[in-house]
Amino acid sequence: MRTSRAARVGQYAALLAYLVFLAFPFLWLISTAFKPARELGSLHPTWIPENPTLANFRQAFDEQPLWDAALNSLVAALGAAVVAVLIATPMAYVMARRRTTLSRMATGWVVVSQAFPFVLVIIPLFLVLKNLRLINSVPGLIMVYVVWALPFALWMLVGYVRAVPAELEEAAAVDGAGKVRTLVSVTAPLLAPGIVATALFAFITAWNEFFFALVLLKTPEKQTLPVVLTHFIGAEGVADLGPLAAAAFLATLPSLVVFAIIQKRITGGMLAGAVKS
Amino acid sequence: MTLVTATPRRRLVDHGAWFLVLPALIPILVLSVGPLLYGIALAFTDAQSGRTEPTQWIGTLNFRDLLHDTLFWDSFRIGLLWAVGVTVPQFLLALGLALLLNQRLRLRWLARALAIVPWAMPEVVVGIMWRLVYNPDAGILNETIRDLGLGDGRDWLSGLATALPAVVVVGVWAGMPQTTVALLAGLQNTPRELHEAAAMDGAGAWRRFRTVTWPAIRPIALAITALNFIWNFNSFALVYVLTNGGPGGRTRLPMLFAYEEAFRYGQFGYAAAMGCAMVAVISIILAFHLAGRLRRGGDET
Repeated sequence: MRTSRAARVGQYAALLAYLVFLAFPFLWLISTAFKPARELGSLHPTWIPENPTLANFRQAFDEQPLWDAALNSLVAALGAAVVAVLIATPMAYVMARRRTTLSRMATGWVVVSQAFPFVLVIIPLFLVLKNLRLINSVPGLIMVYVVWALPFALWMLVGYVRAVPAELEEAAAVDGAGKVRTLVSVTAPLLAPGIVATALFAFITAWNEFFFALVLLKTPEKQTLPVVLTHFIGAEGVADLGPLAAAAFLATLPSLVVFAIIQKRITGGMLAGAVKS
Repeated sequence: MTLVTATPRRRLVDHGAWFLVLPALIPILVLSVGPLLYGIALAFTDAQSGRTEPTQWIGTLNFRDLLHDTLFWDSFRIGLLWAVGVTVPQFLLALGLALLLNQRLRLRWLARALAIVPWAMPEVVVGIMWRLVYNPDAGILNETIRDLGLGDGRDWLSGLATALPAVVVVGVWAGMPQTTVALLAGLQNTPRELHEAAAMDGAGAWRRFRTVTWPAIRPIALAITALNFIWNFNSFALVYVLTNGGPGGRTRLPMLFAYEEAFRYGQFGYAAAMGCAMVAVISIILAFHLAGRLRRGGDET
């Protein structure tokens, strides 16, 4: 099919507008992070810092416990990712291979759980975790994150399991391999990339999560990065722009990197789950 | 009988099934289904935080109070406005973009690479970033407006009239890539030959879209708009960081309201009732959405 010249020009104009809209705020964040205080106070802000500086980053670390926060975020996100995948993979396997009442109910729960307003879940969780003395603790947060990451992890993993032909498992069984042996030496290796992608996705969602962390973590040294970031914005909404931008930029980098690595797989997993069930 | 029907695949799952399912099922029941039911039950009590007297059942009193709570209905109206205001433009823009990115264009790779940024960014950072853009003095938006000679700009996030549109723009920005990628994947599953055949038969671009493209991506489109609507209606972090519900409650989404009610004023029972009301509205909307999907699906087969 041939596209007319005018249509082409229109297409590129639209694409350019999209690129500007996407990039504009992010470039501004980066620019702000590297600007010295004097330039931030200027009435005519510029796109490119005239005297780029790292002072904002230093000040950000001085003002808020960013190292502690990053460590808390890392522990919470890693913990959630590992546990979620460990318990979701076997269940996803059953859901993908057998259409039992259980797997139908699990699929229903995956859909329904997307519709909860978190406030309805967090109040009881808050009460329960308080009684268990797990308020203001990262392990308590991990428990919440695991369950919160499960629906999507199951969704993705079911798609990946379906992509592994059941015939391979049958062939192995015919060759005399036991169930466990078949799962470990035939299915698991083929599933491994999907499991890693799912774990990384769970990692990002936990790393980025804010609401549960805000409610469950009380003291600054226990809080995760997103919560600590909001402390840069004062009660009156007045913020020290440079350090705020610097800290926000740093908090984004890990998920950007991880996401860039797995982006294709996430889309694939999402669609495999969406289209086939 | 079972010996005949049981294939190796079935047996592989049959015996181990419970063993495989329980590690996930128990946390789901204990930490998700359980709290959800507990939360619904709390809506019928006068539960408060830090109170010494025992919690009592008060029947539907919370819901009756809710009916007369004009602040809550304001937040509900804002929540619906926000959810529609974000979901509709997001879908239309994403559809246009997906069609665009499905063409062989230069710079397509750049669009895809950049799309990762809003998708992977913590919502808190998205909020902070846009606060920097919207900043009345040091922000780039007002500076651009001044450079283009369009006036002095304004304090977007604290203006009574501009606050909601300003946060809606951020909502659209944050969710567009995900919607685009989902639609794009749907488009790429459409066989190119169908398009070419339709073009040979003399179908124009709009007709080709109506008869070939749209039927192919409709299931994904319906699923993604329903999910986007729910996520947006329930969203919290973005607006919490951008305006914290201000100015004067103009951006106070239901979740922000319920959060304050529960964790600032300690009204657990009342906040739970709000949560129930939100679920009810979402369910009704979803029911209509699904009914429409089934009806239309039925007509076409």
